[in-house]
Amino acid sequence: MSLLGFAALLALPWLLPLVMPPGQAQFWTANILGRAIVFGIVAMSLTFLATYGGFISLAQMMIAGIAGYALAVCVDGAVPRIVGGFGYGAAIPLSLLAATAMGLLVGAISVRTRDIYLLMITLALAMGVFRFVETNIAWFNGYEGIRNVVGPTLFGFDFRNALVFYHVALATAALLYCGILYLVKTPFGLVLQGIRDNPRRVAALGYSVGLHRIAAFGVAGFIAGCGGVLSTIYNIGISPGTIGLGATVNVLIMSVIGGLGHPVGAFIGSLIFTVFDTFAASIYDRDRFNTLIGLVFLAIVLVSPDGAIGIGARIRRFLGAPRRSLQPASASSIRTAEEESP
Amino acid sequence: MDLAATIVLNGLTLAALYFIVASGFSLIFGLMRVVNMAHGAMYLLAGYVGYSVFEPLYDSDVWYAWYAGLAAGVAFAAVFGAAVQLALLGWMQGQELRQALVTIGLSIIVADQLLASYGGTPRQFFAPDAIFGSTQVPWVGGYPTFRLVQIGIALAVGVGLWLLLNRTKLGMMIRAGVDDRQMLGACGVNVPLVGVAVFALGAALAGLGGIIGATAQPLAMGADGRFLLISLVVVIVGGMGSIIGTALGAVLIGLAEQIGQAMFPTYSVILTFVIMVAVLALRPQGILGRA
Amino acid sequence: MTIRITRRATLLGGAGLAAGALAAPAVAQNTPIRLGGLTTLEGPFATGGQDAYRCVQMELERINHTVGGRRIEFIRESSNAQADVALARARKLVEQDNVDIILGPLSGAEGIALRDYSRTLTGKTIVNGSSGASDTTLRNPSPNFFRFSTDGTQWMAGLGKHVYQTMGIREVAVTAGDYAFPYAQVFGFNLEFCRLGGKVTHYWAPLGTTDFTSQIAQINRSNAGAVVVVHGGTDGLAFMTQYAQAGGNKPLVGGSIMADQTMLSARGPHRRVMVGMISGGPIADVIDDPTWNDFVARYRRRWANEGGFASPSIHAVNYSTNLYGILHALKEVNGDLSDNQAAFQRALAAAEITAPTGASVKLDHNRQAISDIFLNKIEERGNAAQVVAFDRARGINQTLGIPEARFLSLGSPSRDNPGCVATS
Repeated sequence: MSLLGFAALLALPWLLPLVMPPGQAQFWTANILGRAIVFGIVAMSLTFLATYGGFISLAQMMIAGIAGYALAVCVDGAVPRIVGGFGYGAAIPLSLLAATAMGLLVGAISVRTRDIYLLMITLALAMGVFRFVETNIAWFNGYEGIRNVVGPTLFGFDFRNALVFYHVALATAALLYCGILYLVKTPFGLVLQGIRDNPRRVAALGYSVGLHRIAAFGVAGFIAGCGGVLSTIYNIGISPGTIGLGATVNVLIMSVIGGLGHPVGAFIGSLIFTVFDTFAASIYDRDRFNTLIGLVFLAIVLVSPDGAIGIGARIRRFLGAPRRSLQPASASSIRTAEEESP
Repeated sequence: MDLAATIVLNGLTLAALYFIVASGFSLIFGLMRVVNMAHGAMYLLAGYVGYSVFEPLYDSDVWYAWYAGLAAGVAFAAVFGAAVQLALLGWMQGQELRQALVTIGLSIIVADQLLASYGGTPRQFFAPDAIFGSTQVPWVGGYPTFRLVQIGIALAVGVGLWLLLNRTKLGMMIRAGVDDRQMLGACGVNVPLVGVAVFALGAALAGLGGIIGATAQPLAMGADGRFLLISLVVVIVGGMGSIIGTALGAVLIGLAEQIGQAMFPTYSVILTFVIMVAVLALRPQGILGRA
Repeated sequence: MTIRITRRATLLGGAGLAAGALAAPAVAQNTPIRLGGLTTLEGPFATGGQDAYRCVQMELERINHTVGGRRIEFIRESSNAQADVALARARKLVEQDNVDIILGPLSGAEGIALRDYSRTLTGKTIVNGSSGASDTTLRNPSPNFFRFSTDGTQWMAGLGKHVYQTMGIREVAVTAGDYAFPYAQVFGFNLEFCRLGGKVTHYWAPLGTTDFTSQIAQINRSNAGAVVVVHGGTDGLAFMTQYAQAGGNKPLVGGSIMADQTMLSARGPHRRVMVGMISGGPIADVIDDPTWNDFVARYRRRWANEGGFASPSIHAVNYSTNLYGILHALKEVNGDLSDNQAAFQRALAAAEITAPTGASVKLDHNRQAISDIFLNKIEERGNAAQVVAFDRARGINQTLGIPEARFLSLGSPSRDNPGCVATS
């Protein structure tokens, strides 16, 4: 089923022209689906932590930004040249390493906190990095950011080609998605879920709760880093706005709209968000996009805390179809975290 | 020497503003366990509402323009805070994460609606003549009077909060509610109403901060995020839910910011966060927080 | 299962929207020309963006949305002054809305992002809105990016000379934001002022600084004969208020965005110190020129009751100037955008127009405006402070008259390269 779905997604750029004019099909491929996948990868790093670890980290967009900035700082051809001297083959792994390291660092800083404390601390860290990047000229070119990160040429295919970008993003997302589903079945993943449900019991079994948590943040950092690299190439560069408060909250919005109960929620959420973002001018009023998305977000949190996934499940139940749970273990992580709190 | 004195005084006046804003955040968090992510939005809301009362009065040169703006802003924030607790947060008491998400949603909407009605032009209050201008301060020379007043207001807020919590019946009920809501309810106290009162008070403090802040520095879009961040950092450093801790956190962050800006401008942000990380590493609950 | 949901949502959304956008691509002569507008209607710069669209709308209404025998359809988009958002919206305009020409964006980093994007397009043209970063056209220019408005460095032309020669001041304190736009402005000021022998002390403050008290204390104690203030928006208002509060009394010289109605319409003590301030820029509120007076009169008539300012803002004038460039070229080629807009782009490059301010504009080989810059002074007129032009430097090019190779070798403006160098 999911293989079929993946094949359909791969073929989508050729299927879309059947239902819409070719110019629009290209637009949907590159600017809606491509963008949604890239955002979705970042949101998935948040969803991964929420679903299997029970913590909501607001630092994920910042970590993605670290990867993006690492790429922009190191790679040849970026304007202004800050370090330079690396080809994409070296700069991309380096960026992913930087994001993973940042993930580990965030994990280490917040390791002794949980729930809303963790939310507060990760938000503070994200905003701190944002302010630093925005005001530091020497390393990050401040407010203006770094431009002209055009992306590599892959086996003779130019990254600037929308089709190439779409497929690379899709493949990356699919690999990461499968990687997560695999990881949570490994002993590491099981211990992580154990910690989510009952840290004391896991500790009593002799596992280091702290190390597992930090490692989970490292994994999430790597995932976010992939999203950050792709988004920087997509945007031909990066500027502080990419990791500002708005962007940070947007990633949270996507995750929550989609549903925090399963990694796929991140992509559902990011697609809904991107469609809204692109067509807000036609749906409502371009200027008031934030009000619109804020209302949607608020409605989801108030009515269906498990997001679009939850709504889908409820509709199926309502229609009398046998319920196929998408959600592993306990329900949504908003609730999971509640159950945990003393 | 005099430059050092100016920087320290600047740090303290900034700390006073930070304390006023963060105390409301800390109060709501300490007593209700709600992380009010809309705290910055309430700062902004009070500032703008206060300004629309202030502006016409200032134009017609009445002496109470600023005070009227202050009263309007604070009152509006309090009502708004009470409404939020009544309509949205009250019935999900105990679901901390969900409450935080609700306030995030609120803050997005509020900020956007403010932008729609007030535009992006920065605005600034002008203090009444009595507290405008400058005062001679030893070692520093002429120093803006209003900033000294700011310290006074912060002290008054701190003392007032302490008295309220420790010396009044309402304070007693609030503290009892923190420890055991059900027992408090069983004693015949209307617990939800106490919650609404706390939220109104916390929001009013954000509003007070908004007016004071918009008198000391311009009010513009983006201030909500800034003051939310400051509240977070101050409370994380000082200790969750402790008034004295909040004061301590505010002084540390205010001084760090000013000293950092004077000595290494483009890296000054880091200093603030080094302090935060250091505190978290040594005392995750904050300097004076209860474990 | 879930992937199917994704795809279904996609198809549903696509089908719904396709209906609205099925208008055929504009190739035939009788189809409308699709002009996409991109400005900032979100975030802190929203006021400038709104005003820009006011003037674009006003000028299009004036020609009845028709030029060279073809209708113009104006499609509005907005960003939040962030490069990545501007890029996403520009892509939407080109790929979804199928526009022929983009007019925008508003701010510097967005301009550079769109310049880079324009290079990947064929048969489309991007004409600047109000973005003023020098590098957009000076270094790595793009063949289909045109700018009929002047940049941040050009706006300071004549100011350094005026301060040194007319005001007789030999030493100034420069307080400026620590980012690209103020760098460019300080660079422009220093090129003239230092060349004449003036001495400059710089005080940089990061963007978003709200507390200038320490800096002001230092400036007031220094020997500087004047203070050059190059801050934008909130930072500028904060500096001015605190300068007034601290009793500052040195003559003020302002960057182009300091002497702006957004600043002057805010009431308060900063206005007292700002009266008499000298500044340079592409516009003023009062310019003794019939073209400008006519433009302002039409602006007031059209927008007085719909939220307009007392006089058009700098962004509105820049967008209008660039729109004039587009309209002029479209008229030249009779609305012919065939052959990948080759003829249209040639007409753009050769266009010589008159800006709403009365300044004459033509383009250099990088498709960057050579135009007039006004020297302004803030005066109290009636009950309001106004920016009054008292002099005009004509035909200022992007290198302020310095040979291009020499100018380029000076390097990009930065805090370590503020333009105090020998230029001969």
